[in-house]
Amino acid sequence: MTKKIKNLNLNFGPQHPAAHGVLRLILELDGEVVEKADPHIGLLHRGTEKLIENKTYMQAVPYFDRLDYVAPMNQEHAFALAIEKILKIDVPIRAQYIRVIFCEIGRILSHILNVTTQALDVGALTPSLWGFEERETLMTFYERASGSRLHANYFRAGGVHQDLPKGLEEDILKFCETFPKIINDLESLLTDNRIFKQRNVDIGVVTKEDALDYSFSGVMIRGSGVPWDLRKSQPYDCYESLDFKIPVGKNGDCYDRYLCRIEEMKESVSIIKQCLAKMEKGPIKSLDGKISPPPKAEIKQSMEALIHHFKLFTEGYRVPKDEIYTAVEAPKGEFGVYLISDGSSKPYKCKIRAPGFSHLQSMDYLIKGHMLADVPAVLGSLDIVFGEVDR
Amino acid sequence: MKNLEDLEKKINSELNTKINNTEIKHNQIYIEIDKEDIIDVALFLKTNQDTKFRQLIDITVVDYPEQNQRFEVVYLFLSHEFNQRLIVKYSIVENEVIPSLTSIFPSANWMEREVFDMYGVSFKDHPDMRRILTDYGFEGHPLRKDFPLTGHSEVRYSEDQKKVINEPVKLEQNYRNFDYESPWEGTKYIKEEIENNDKKN
Repeated sequence: MTKKIKNLNLNFGPQHPAAHGVLRLILELDGEVVEKADPHIGLLHRGTEKLIENKTYMQAVPYFDRLDYVAPMNQEHAFALAIEKILKIDVPIRAQYIRVIFCEIGRILSHILNVTTQALDVGALTPSLWGFEERETLMTFYERASGSRLHANYFRAGGVHQDLPKGLEEDILKFCETFPKIINDLESLLTDNRIFKQRNVDIGVVTKEDALDYSFSGVMIRGSGVPWDLRKSQPYDCYESLDFKIPVGKNGDCYDRYLCRIEEMKESVSIIKQCLAKMEKGPIKSLDGKISPPPKAEIKQSMEALIHHFKLFTEGYRVPKDEIYTAVEAPKGEFGVYLISDGSSKPYKCKIRAPGFSHLQSMDYLIKGHMLADVPAVLGSLDIVFGEVDR
Repeated sequence: MKNLEDLEKKINSELNTKINNTEIKHNQIYIEIDKEDIIDVALFLKTNQDTKFRQLIDITVVDYPEQNQRFEVVYLFLSHEFNQRLIVKYSIVENEVIPSLTSIFPSANWMEREVFDMYGVSFKDHPDMRRILTDYGFEGHPLRKDFPLTGHSEVRYSEDQKKVINEPVKLEQNYRNFDYESPWEGTKYIKEEIENNDKKN
């Protein structure tokens, strides 16, 4: 007697600790082997792009913090760069260094979260306990510079909102001295760990060709052996003057991507150190009164400053008619802003290109033929944050 | 091609009948084509040895409701080999169906679904034309300019019916769109505008 066996459909999420947010993944299982994966996204869709169209350029910045909320300032950076290019304004060198420092802090924040939660997904608890302590330290740096731990709203077109408070540079430097030891500790727990390797090596392999076809970027493409990093290939701000290496993987599996992230954290620490050494006192935002608000003290003395302040915070600055695509190397990959301005003080259109969107799209391709238990491992190594996927 | 000018020439000579206009600005090439040619152009850009735009970065649409050809479809390409970015655009009228790029770039799948969801532009030969970002059973296309910012309906849990219900949006206070736009003299481009107007008069 023969009996027909039906494939099992399994709902993974939207409430699942290993889904890293609100992902509804519909898996078609043949026994324990995944035949098909259909991610349903949009459960965190907030209409960011629509909202930005209705806000002035300055009011739009906080929405970028809420995209990839583990590395907020990297997103703000892309938006600020887009506006700066259209307005053709220069950013003071100190502001460039500050922005790069905080972008690299964002990269470390994101990579710690990813590496440790991926370890958590495959069964290791300790790394996340150690890593989150460091994230907390980094977020206090965010807080001291911008006033909030996560939703910074710190970058502006033409620079940053305010100068670093006294003592922050020294404390960041101190962190850079101690943090490499923590990375080594994390590595001693994971890199040669038998279980971690069994769960990650040769899982979710992406070939070079496929990485290109599926629009991968960031660690996802470097893990597959493509030496591509926008900080090197299309440098923005002061990255050109900094000396850093781009770690590239060989096999394109989850384990190589983990190694890339660890190495990138070490490079980030070195970048931050270089910036701190090179930084000098000076202005932190464009001195053009039509774009940057005047200092508070000046408002009390100068009529012009008062008018500028009033106009900037009601109408906002106008951006001439133009269109531009700018991308930055966010921790998760190429984060881009396609901005269309129409001469008014609000963007006509602001398309946000989130790296996680293309990465998650390939879930079906990556997981086909793998076991059910590999789903969290692959999902973890994609480094998905739903704030940016759903926008 | 090493530099953008050469690339512009190359594209213009190889695809001359298909290209309506090319322009270099912000270190990127902007190309305008016709709807029918997108497959050929994309295939050429991807496979030609001198272009090698191997990656489709994004697909999006810009809505100009006052124009006859309402939607402008935009494709962003990236060439790792030559470190160049290229933007391809064409305009369509509402309800026009456009070719899908999924056969050339698998990553176009979700991007096209997003365009469909947000703007209501449908694609021919797309393997899986469903909504992607909005809720199950959502109506309308939110990124169109005539879609209100507050939306049409809102979701809440009804204590009476003991289930989640959809109902028309009720706002305690309407969304206020303050019109601050007033000429602010002194900015360079506004000065230019004023000068130009003076010249005309």
